[in-house]
Order: sequence, then C-alpha cells, then structure tokens
Amino acid sequence: MNLEEYKGVFVFAQQVDNKVSGIALELIGEGKRLAEKLATEVTAVLVGSDVKGLADELAAYGADKVIVVDDPELKEYRTEPYAHALSSVINQYKPEILLVGATAIGRDLGPRVSARVHTGLTADCTSLEIGDFPINPIPGKEQKHNQLLMTRPAFGGNTIATIACPDFRPQMATVRPGVMQKLEKKEGAKAVVEEFNPGFTPDNKYVEIVKVVKNLTDTVDIMDAKILVSGGRGVGSPENFKLLDDLAEAIGGTVSCSRAVVDAGWKNKDLQVGQTGKTVRPNVYFAIGISGAIQHLAGMEESDIIIAINKDETAPIFDVADYGIVGDLNKIVPALTEQIKAAVANK
Amino acid sequence: MKVVVCVKQVPDTKGGVKFNPDGTLDRAAMLTIMNPDDKAGLEAALRLKDQYGAEVTVVTMGLPKAEEVLREAMAMGADKGILVTDRVLGGADTWATSQTLAGALRNLDYDLIITGRQAIDGDTAQVGPQISEHLGIPVISYAQKIEIEGDSVIVERQYDDRYHVLKAKMPCLITALAELNEPRYMTPGGIFDAYKAEITTWGRADLKDVEDSNLGLKGSPTQIARASDKVRKGQGEKVTLDPSESVEYIMNKLKEKHVI
Repeated sequence: MNLEEYKGVFVFAQQVDNKVSGIALELIGEGKRLAEKLATEVTAVLVGSDVKGLADELAAYGADKVIVVDDPELKEYRTEPYAHALSSVINQYKPEILLVGATAIGRDLGPRVSARVHTGLTADCTSLEIGDFPINPIPGKEQKHNQLLMTRPAFGGNTIATIACPDFRPQMATVRPGVMQKLEKKEGAKAVVEEFNPGFTPDNKYVEIVKVVKNLTDTVDIMDAKILVSGGRGVGSPENFKLLDDLAEAIGGTVSCSRAVVDAGWKNKDLQVGQTGKTVRPNVYFAIGISGAIQHLAGMEESDIIIAINKDETAPIFDVADYGIVGDLNKIVPALTEQIKAAVANK
Repeated sequence: MKVVVCVKQVPDTKGGVKFNPDGTLDRAAMLTIMNPDDKAGLEAALRLKDQYGAEVTVVTMGLPKAEEVLREAMAMGADKGILVTDRVLGGADTWATSQTLAGALRNLDYDLIITGRQAIDGDTAQVGPQISEHLGIPVISYAQKIEIEGDSVIVERQYDDRYHVLKAKMPCLITALAELNEPRYMTPGGIFDAYKAEITTWGRADLKDVEDSNLGLKGSPTQIARASDKVRKGQGEKVTLDPSESVEYIMNKLKEKHVI
C-alpha cells in the first residue's frame, strides 16, 4: 500500500428516506476542520437511490466535493450494496481519512468496508485530531506526522484511548452522533458533484428486505436525545412526571428515568437510564429526584453537563453533578419551565 | 442445522464498577462474565436447538481462562466448546480478532454464525461484521428477532426509528442485541456435565487460511497512541438556595453553556 497516494478527507453522508441525516452534516463540519489542517478538501460520499438532489445541502454545510453513488439497489440501507458502493469509492478515489457516523447504519457499514479494503477502523470516536504517531518520539521508531488521532471511550466510558492507524489507508473512524459541530449553513454554496457507479450485481451477500416497519410514535430514543430530563423515585408519582414533561417540552428535551421508576411501573423500560437500561451521553442531563445509585451513574455520567435537583444533600448524584441544587423539585421545576419558556420566546 | 456462536469473556460491570483510590478502574478486582449480547446470541442458538434440533458450537478467543465461558455455555445447553488461544494472537484489534475467528470458523460446518452485537469492554460492534466479510457471507446486525424458513433466516433488524424484516440465505452471520431474549440459566445437571466435558483448544496452527501478518498485535492496523483509565469526573458545584434563586442559578448556567 503506497500511503502517499491517499489524499483528502471523505465522509459518508448518511441519508435515510432521501433525507440527509444530522450526522452527515456533523461529519462534514469535522471533516472540514481536519482537511484544513492537512491543506486538503472534504468530500461527501452520498449513497442512495435518486439522491443527487441532496448534494446542494451537503455543499451548503461545507462539502467541497460530493461523490454520488446512485442506484436503485441502494434505495433502503442494506449492508452489501452499501459496502460495495463505499469500498469502490475508496478504491477509486483513495482518501487518506474516511469518517462514518456511529449510527445503526454506520456501525454495520464501517466494519464491513474496513475489512474489505483492509484498513483499521476505530469505533465511536468522540474527538479527532491531526498529530504525530507515536505522540512522543520513541528511539528507533519512526515518528509519523499528520496522522489521524482518534479518541474514544471504552468500558462504558470508564477508560479513554487514542488510536492511530499509521500503516494503512484510509484511516477510518466511526464518530458518535451529536459530538461534532456542523458548520453554519451557506445558502447557494456549490460543490463539485461527481457521479460514480461501480455496478451492482446481487450475489449471496445481498439480503432481501421483506418489510420495513417504521416506528409510529414520535418518541425520540433517549440515546439520541441532546437533552434528557430524567426523573427518579423522588418525583413521587407517575402523575407528577407532568412537571418533567413540561420542562422537557420547553427546553426541547426528552424524558427519561431511573430504574426505580420502571420497577414501580411508572414508565416503560425503554426510557430507563443505567447499567440495566441504556447508556446515554446527552449534552445536558437533568437528574430530578434521582439519588444516583452507581448503576445509574454508569449509564449517564458521560453526559456533558449534569444538573441535579434533589432534596437530600447527601445523595450520590451530587458526586457527579456539574451543578447540584439541594431543594424541592416540586417548587423548582415548574418555575424553571416558565423561565425557559420566557427565554425561548424572547429569542 | 449447525449454529456456531462466538462469545467473549469480559469484566463484569454489573453491581458496580470498582475503582482504585486514585479514581481509576480496578480491573483486577472485577469478576468476569459472558458478554451480555453474546449470551443473547447463545440463547437464540439454543432456541434453534430446542425447535429444530440444531447443533450448537461455541467459540471463544482469549486467554486460557476464557474456557470458563465455554463451560458456562455448555451448562446452558451448547454441544461443543472451542477455545482459540495462543500467545501470538494477543494484542489483536478488531481486524486481527476477526481474522483469527474467521480462521477458526473455516474449520467448521455452519448454517448460522451468531455473535453479540458488541462487547461491553470495547463497545466496537465491529468483529461480527468483519468476520462475515472475511468469510464472504451476508451479515445481519442488530437482530431483535430470528426465525428459520427453509434454507433462509428471517431476521428483524433494528434501526433508530424503524426495523427491517430481512431474509437471507444461509450461511449467514447475525449479530444479536441483548434485547433479543432473556437467556436461560445453567441447569445443575448441565453444570455437572459441562465441567466434565472436553473443550477443544486451537492455537495458531489450527487457524485456516490466515496469514501471520493479519494476526495479533503485529497484524493490527490500529495502534494505541495513548490510553488512560479515565479519572472520574469530580464533584462540581452544589448549592442550597431558595426555589427562585435555584431557578436563576440554573438559568445562568444554561445560558453560560449556550443551552438556551
């Protein structure tokens, strides 16, 4: 593998139902930042059926170039035709970096593609940098410059590791949604659009889609929510969760809960945060009336900002809270909701 | 019908993660378990055994100690256990791990290979799909329901806002979600038999069609630049104020952090 041949930052521009996914724009923003450090460009790879029209949106968010792989076989996501599309793009265009969203699609596509082109893949990255590998010079070992240094949590967020892929290209990472910043939209920005079709011939690896069942409810998966308003037994009753619903609505968040609430039958299991529930890492986590058992903390302590409201000042939740308020949630939460509503209305 | 399940022995995080006094993770103090997604995969395979008389073989790669999860799997009802262990396989990333397991699987007959979606220590979700690529068979990740129909498998594949019902001709690889089922317990008789049962042990020489350059630390494209047990987040601010001051306090923080 001649590493010098590989140039440019590519991002997989995920679309579902011919709508660009948020992660695609986040990756373009991050890809642009990395590309500037390498004095190169960011290219979005758009894969689907009848998706060419989405190229302008990718351009508006910073893509310098868009490669469109458009084929009827690519209408719904399926591993094989998408893996064929993306690995063919890699073989044809030879990017030095390829970013894929760590979504239910990207975490299936990424490994299959990395195995096909024989390169490394780092999962669920939360931070990307360009730097030297090894980070500090080691006598007798070549220090390579301009490497992609990929940082990711492991072990439920209890350890962090920075990974490099010095001898293979592209350097591939899946990137956790909601972590990278998309750029401000520039209406009318244009990208160089190139169509590329490697040809799709169904073989044993193609699976048949018998049925697509979309969730009819509008509820956001708590793992995808940017803001979670989470309640514990201290909320007092299922009816009293109305206070949390109102706060969530005002701030654009989603309601979640602790295990005690699920065990009491107040909320469904799919809203449960913690070791036996879901691990969440929202931008803001409100812990309201949650004491903070270690199993709960393990599921949420990676949140960017933790705001805890609890009347017991010795509650363990205060050990991980960035901002802890000792007080009565029944008084604080409704007033907070009103203030947030007013602040949003004045914007 | 033959089903092979790949399982991993991982440190247990249930009942509390243990920490050293300096706030780092105390791995030595933690017990090991069968990875939960893998256990769901094993349960799915055992149901195929109950329903269709499938033969269930369990494969793990790890230190000799990983034999424990094979015995646990056999005590639950698996028919055979294969431990892949060799010094030269150590330090493998997901590429080298998937090459190793693919090398082991090439020795076996299978209609279905089931792996867990991801392990709770690495959380990568990469090894299953990578094995399927090396073996040239279809993969269906994130399975929440598995059924057999003739020579095909019908799987509900979970996405964020939907699921697909997929049909694949076997052989096929499936990665299982812990939500797939509630794994059964070991039976006393099963435990007794499992501890007498013979475990097959394979080393490097037993792996089929794999080059040395794809194994272990040396065969791993990804390399660790820096690793640290993360120091747990310390306590932030804690205030006791009257309700209206509390609200003002939170509003200021939300504005400061550009949340609103």
